[in-house]
Amino acid sequence: MAVSTASAPRRKRRDSERRLAFWLLLPAVLAVFGVILYPLARTLLISLFEVKSAVAVDTPFVGLGNYVEALSASGFWGALGRTLYFTLVSTSIELVFGLGIAFLLNAKIRGRWLLRALVVLPWAVPTIVNAAMWKGIYNAQYGALNGVLSHLGLIDSYQAWLSDPMTALNLVIIADAWKTTPLVAIFLLAGLTAIPSELTEAAKVDRAGAFQRFFSITLPLLLPSIALVLVLRTVEAVKVFDIIYAMTRGGPANGTQTISYYTYVTAFSEQNYGLGSAISFIVLLIILVLTTVYLRMLRRSEMSTL
Amino acid sequence: MKQQRNRRILGSALTYLAALIVGVGCIAPLGWLAVASISTQADIVAKPMRWWPSELHLDRYQEILFDPTSSVGASFRAAFVNSIVVGVVTVLISMVVGIFGAYAFARLKFPFRRGFLVLFLTTYMLPQISLLIPLYMILNSLRMLDSTIGLILVDCSLVIPFTLWILSNYFMTVPADLEDAARIDGTSRLGALFRIILPSAKPGLFAAVMFAFLLAWDEFMYALIFTSSDASKTIPVAISEFAGRYTTDFGLVATGGVIAAIPPLIIALIFQRQIVSGLAAGAVKG
Amino acid sequence: MEGKNLRRVQRSLIAGVAAAGLMLTGCSVTGGGGGGEAGDGTGEINALFMKQAGYSEDDYAQIIADFEEENGGDITVNPTFVSYEALHDKIVTSAPAGTYDVVLIDVIWPAEFASKGIVADLGDKFPGASKDELLSGVIPTAEYQDKFYGVPNGPSTKLFFYNEDMISEVGATAEDLDTWDGVLATAKEIKEAGISEYPIAWSWAQAEALICDYAQLLGAFDGEFTNDDGELVINNEQGVAALEWMKQTIDDGLTNPASTTFLEDDVSKALAQGETAFGLNWDSTMRDLQDPEISTIADAAGVLATPKGPNGARPGVNGAMAYSITATSVNQDAAWQFIDYMTSEETQEKYVQSSQPSWKASYEKPEVIDVNPEVFAVSEEAYADSILRPAVPNYSTVSQIIQVELQNALLGKKTPQEALDDAVEAANAELED
Repeated sequence: MAVSTASAPRRKRRDSERRLAFWLLLPAVLAVFGVILYPLARTLLISLFEVKSAVAVDTPFVGLGNYVEALSASGFWGALGRTLYFTLVSTSIELVFGLGIAFLLNAKIRGRWLLRALVVLPWAVPTIVNAAMWKGIYNAQYGALNGVLSHLGLIDSYQAWLSDPMTALNLVIIADAWKTTPLVAIFLLAGLTAIPSELTEAAKVDRAGAFQRFFSITLPLLLPSIALVLVLRTVEAVKVFDIIYAMTRGGPANGTQTISYYTYVTAFSEQNYGLGSAISFIVLLIILVLTTVYLRMLRRSEMSTL
Repeated sequence: MKQQRNRRILGSALTYLAALIVGVGCIAPLGWLAVASISTQADIVAKPMRWWPSELHLDRYQEILFDPTSSVGASFRAAFVNSIVVGVVTVLISMVVGIFGAYAFARLKFPFRRGFLVLFLTTYMLPQISLLIPLYMILNSLRMLDSTIGLILVDCSLVIPFTLWILSNYFMTVPADLEDAARIDGTSRLGALFRIILPSAKPGLFAAVMFAFLLAWDEFMYALIFTSSDASKTIPVAISEFAGRYTTDFGLVATGGVIAAIPPLIIALIFQRQIVSGLAAGAVKG
Repeated sequence: MEGKNLRRVQRSLIAGVAAAGLMLTGCSVTGGGGGGEAGDGTGEINALFMKQAGYSEDDYAQIIADFEEENGGDITVNPTFVSYEALHDKIVTSAPAGTYDVVLIDVIWPAEFASKGIVADLGDKFPGASKDELLSGVIPTAEYQDKFYGVPNGPSTKLFFYNEDMISEVGATAEDLDTWDGVLATAKEIKEAGISEYPIAWSWAQAEALICDYAQLLGAFDGEFTNDDGELVINNEQGVAALEWMKQTIDDGLTNPASTTFLEDDVSKALAQGETAFGLNWDSTMRDLQDPEISTIADAAGVLATPKGPNGARPGVNGAMAYSITATSVNQDAAWQFIDYMTSEETQEKYVQSSQPSWKASYEKPEVIDVNPEVFAVSEEAYADSILRPAVPNYSTVSQIIQVELQNALLGKKTPQEALDDAVEAANAELED
């Protein structure tokens, strides 16, 4: 008897808490899943059919046929390879420079506020503007890159920087990294400022060298931030589309055609919706696998709270 | 001793040098864009490159911002207004919805709380392309194609997971004692949210507002497909059309780019002091 | 009790969402479809146009105003303008919903749009009785399997633009530019005289523009894209010769190497800035080259029909566009009335500065010719012979394959023969599907 009277109010409170949570979360659920759930289901459905027109009526069921076709197309693997290269190189650049800039922004130097304000700027530039700007910078006739390099005497004549597939891909990566490195730096700076200064001070007293302090104290404590940034940037990099669309449209010689752009071309230029839908689900799967791996690694390092 | 002092001086000199390089690296490309926007076409294509235009050429700003007879200007101005409307309303909705949801995640106990939050974040991994055609059909049957309302609807689905995430992490850092004390005094849960948590979560709120606005202002693919006329076309779409049509005059693209970057730059500069602490206390701790 | 209530609310919400989902379900898996309707020939129609080249936005505004006035307000037209780059995908994404009644389509899309049921067969509406009054090269613009899916907005091909000052500096005249051999010889003199580092600019970026330039050169070398069986054959002698010729001009330093990143606008700019002496470009670009606000060669801009190849062939690539009625439009009669008005002899002659007319009679009228004399002077020759890009439903796939391989050869990654062999193999595999 005593037990049940004691637990009744508790259960009541638990129920009321759940009810409140339900109503508080309802708008978010409706606004997010209300918009994406049905399209997602529809796309999954389409990926199982042969749909070769936006208004197709005759759409035979092909089961996993589209997935098989996607995985056996050389264009898919080429685009996937470029995407992985893009992801690997851009996240590495962003992480290395982002970490350096974060330390710089955290250092006690004069004019730090100015530096912080300047560093935020590239992040605020809209992607499409960023793409147009770098396209201008790389331009073969009037681009600033040609202008500066020939002023410095490093090149004799203006170069068509975006005409070589591999160079173009690297230059798009630089344009993308210019905009996103500040974001990475700010996240890492946030992580840095959260590290209690007593820890590093104590290590200083112990006469630990700067490198030792970095690797044994700062880096481990920064791991959660690094993992977070890595997840965010990897997802963005695998999905990269806007900057490709605005800068190179996949050229030259498909050199900058990433998997998202390949999906777009398949679905809209070639109107192969079944195949396009299948590829976009494969992309989703790749992103899920990558992020799960990151989070696993993170959890293993026992630093995770995500 | 002396050796150590020398090393310290060298170290700080290197730090300032690095700071200078980073600062210049951040500002130089933008500076070039701004200079191109006020240069004549002849100055832009001059070889060797001119560091500074020979004359100040503001005609393009005049055309884009004020000229009532220019169809380019009219359509750019319409796009600017649309982007502001979409950005502001998306931020407002995402913040309100985010604040309520984040409170639930941060303070209430319910089954699958953690998994649910992760589910919201997973939506961010969806390639937008995979939703385009069905979404187009939905917006069409709701008569929301080519309207700012339709764009706000889909943008909110992109932004809300972010505001939820940043805010719930920040709310968790607000000490529970404060809220408990207020609750004992008879304040309701929502009362406590508005009177206790929100005032002490300002940096988190600012960080969320900044993220939300930049995301909404930057959104391109939905706007490209779902809008078509001046009634709803946003700045990124307008710029992409600029870049397609007016490659004969890079200066015009530059001018549009500079103007398009101003609102997010202002937001970023205003909120940059808060964002580090906003993220420091919240997001990074996960 | 409360928990049960909550669960009930949750359950009814889920049911509601599912019901809404079912309601949105159309008759096909894409959720769209449903046929179009003729309508009663009145009401509102939506038209999708493009922003660059041809008629300007102001031209269309005037045409629509005149049209609405003429039909007494029975039909109103809402125009929408997108960039060429966005046009195809806009037509495709809007098709299931039937947003637009009239769409402007490029000459390379009719096969795709017709076979996929996106645009409507015009039946006896076009060319109908006016067949003999139209330029014969214009009529097949939107033809696919002997049916017509659109009315051409006028003939369009790439012409040869040149800088009169530069050629006269080396003592050459327009006659020297009658053949590609003559062009190269003049270009060499211009380069050696130090007048222009790279005398020729092309639109050889990875885009349709590259195919258009190649098409015109392929024609000059007596080649064709496809054989009678519809198979791609550009790896034959003529196809390879054209590509080798292109690559050679890069190697000789006559072609601006940045051409592989250029679109038509960039070529126009290179000419307008006096950086280059020659460039192939659409007939509508004379307007820009003569505009002193953006052109430094306004007085020196010259235009000719595309130069002749070794055996005297000089077909122009057909670059016309056409107005089509979407298959999902529910107001097709009104849409037709608008298209008929836009493409009438009278309307086209009014806007001849923006686009050449489709009607034979217009080329005889002095008041029409006077508006754009340079282009009219070469039009007879330019529109006399044309080369068509392959009319196949999956043209964009085939085109992309060719673009990539052409670039591979131009960038020196493959020999022209290898590149075209690969292109033909990959493209024919696609065509068999």
